[in-house]
Amino acid sequence: MKKKTTACSPEHALYLKKRRRESIVVQIARFSLLLAILGIWELVAGLKLVDPFIISSPSRIAVQIASLAADGSLFYHIGVTLWETLAGFAVAVVLGTAVALLLWWSERARRVLEPYIVVLNSLPKIALGPVIIIWFGTGSAAIVFITVLIGIIVAILQMLGGFMATDKNKILLLESMGASKRQILQKLVIPSALPQFVGMLKICVGMAWIGSIMGEYIVSKAGLGYLIVYGGQVFKLDLVMAATVILCVLAAGMYALVALAEKFLVKK
Amino acid sequence: MNTETRTVLEFDDVRLVYHTEAGETLAAEHMTFSVREGEFIAVIGPSGCGKTTLLSLAAGLLTPSAGHVRMYGKEVRRGSEAVGYMLQKDELFPWRTVEGNIVLPLEIRKNNTAQRREKALALAEKYGLGGFLKHYPDQLSGGMRQRAALIRTLAAEPQILLLDEPFSALDYQTRLSVCDDVYNIIRAERKTALLVTHDISEAISVADRVLVLSARPARVVAAHDLEFGTAVPLERRKNARFSAWFDVLWKELNV
Repeated sequence: MKKKTTACSPEHALYLKKRRRESIVVQIARFSLLLAILGIWELVAGLKLVDPFIISSPSRIAVQIASLAADGSLFYHIGVTLWETLAGFAVAVVLGTAVALLLWWSERARRVLEPYIVVLNSLPKIALGPVIIIWFGTGSAAIVFITVLIGIIVAILQMLGGFMATDKNKILLLESMGASKRQILQKLVIPSALPQFVGMLKICVGMAWIGSIMGEYIVSKAGLGYLIVYGGQVFKLDLVMAATVILCVLAAGMYALVALAEKFLVKK
Repeated sequence: MNTETRTVLEFDDVRLVYHTEAGETLAAEHMTFSVREGEFIAVIGPSGCGKTTLLSLAAGLLTPSAGHVRMYGKEVRRGSEAVGYMLQKDELFPWRTVEGNIVLPLEIRKNNTAQRREKALALAEKYGLGGFLKHYPDQLSGGMRQRAALIRTLAAEPQILLLDEPFSALDYQTRLSVCDDVYNIIRAERKTALLVTHDISEAISVADRVLVLSARPARVVAAHDLEFGTAVPLERRKNARFSAWFDVLWKELNV
């Protein structure tokens, strides 16, 4: 819908004002909650109510991040993880959508492949860890592969669901116009599955992070997941927490990008 | 009715059997009727008798198990240029503007020439959609949307319009006015129309001729020339013969 710029009545102005005030309250509450958590955490650690060696503290995390940034390793690890996540995400989304298209196109392929997809979907992908290490080594390739594996099944199922949910009457309408299957796909099935596509992107962002971090847990020599595992092994909780915080920020950022893409893609 | 006018659509002893894993259903048998050029035919029948099936056969989307469906004397084929199909709901694509929706059949039929396009848009202009071409369907009222759907159907310049209860998704008031609207446009554009409906009064208010179908397997059990001339639907509803026809058709549907 286009925005309407109409002059509004005093009641409506009041209503809008209330709404604005409400959203400001929500914003303030959100921020205060974060501050409260950080404050209590800092206090508990600072007063040694719990050993900061075990729970770390916001200030220690900040110091840790600063020192990682100072020696440049911070950006190296972020870069590694980001690359693995994005590569896995991109491949899963593109391949997953392509496979879903194929399955939409051919009912026979759909019926043949259905049990395989069901099994792959319920299989915990981490079980394939050893096989993947042997096949792909212990570098980024293995991690990207795990990420793809985790994302692609969800991508396929989501998109196939979207394609299959195309309005039957609209298909009938196009058929009555003499549309070929390809035209039905282009003019109707793909555009009407756009909301599912965006939904799938959102899910796959989450899946990609699971894939890359889990992959780093089992094989890597670098990346945020590696820092977390390494920090845990040498009992440097500051390092574990620092890497986790950065991970939160990155994941939120990537989700925000997808949400932005949604605004461009789904106008209606 | 002038018998010299050409026959547009002809059902010749059509039989249709549906196959599903649960079994087979005889949907239509000995279905015979024809539609002459410029005629407005309404088909009524008990619910579930296969009215939509009849339209699918006419559009060539289904092939009869026996018998023939002919368009201008030739066996009808899927996606025939002569056919314009209009469904219960407007089925406008929400991601396309009204203009984009109207030219859709031209895109599909790959004759989206500037000339055809202009003709279609002129039609939209003529019937009051000119100011809404750049709007999206969800910005239009139900009546306007159905009118846009009709213009879309007309854009590809079909010879015969197949109308599948095109008003039943609208509320009563809108329905009466859209019915008038669609009737007038179809008359003004001199199109042949085949309308299926379960609504007896709707059939009487638009048709030159009403065909009554039997319960499944469907076949034509009665045909009536209404002889209202060119009276518009709302006028017909006020005519004394309207209720007389209603009684006749009501009884025939409930034998």
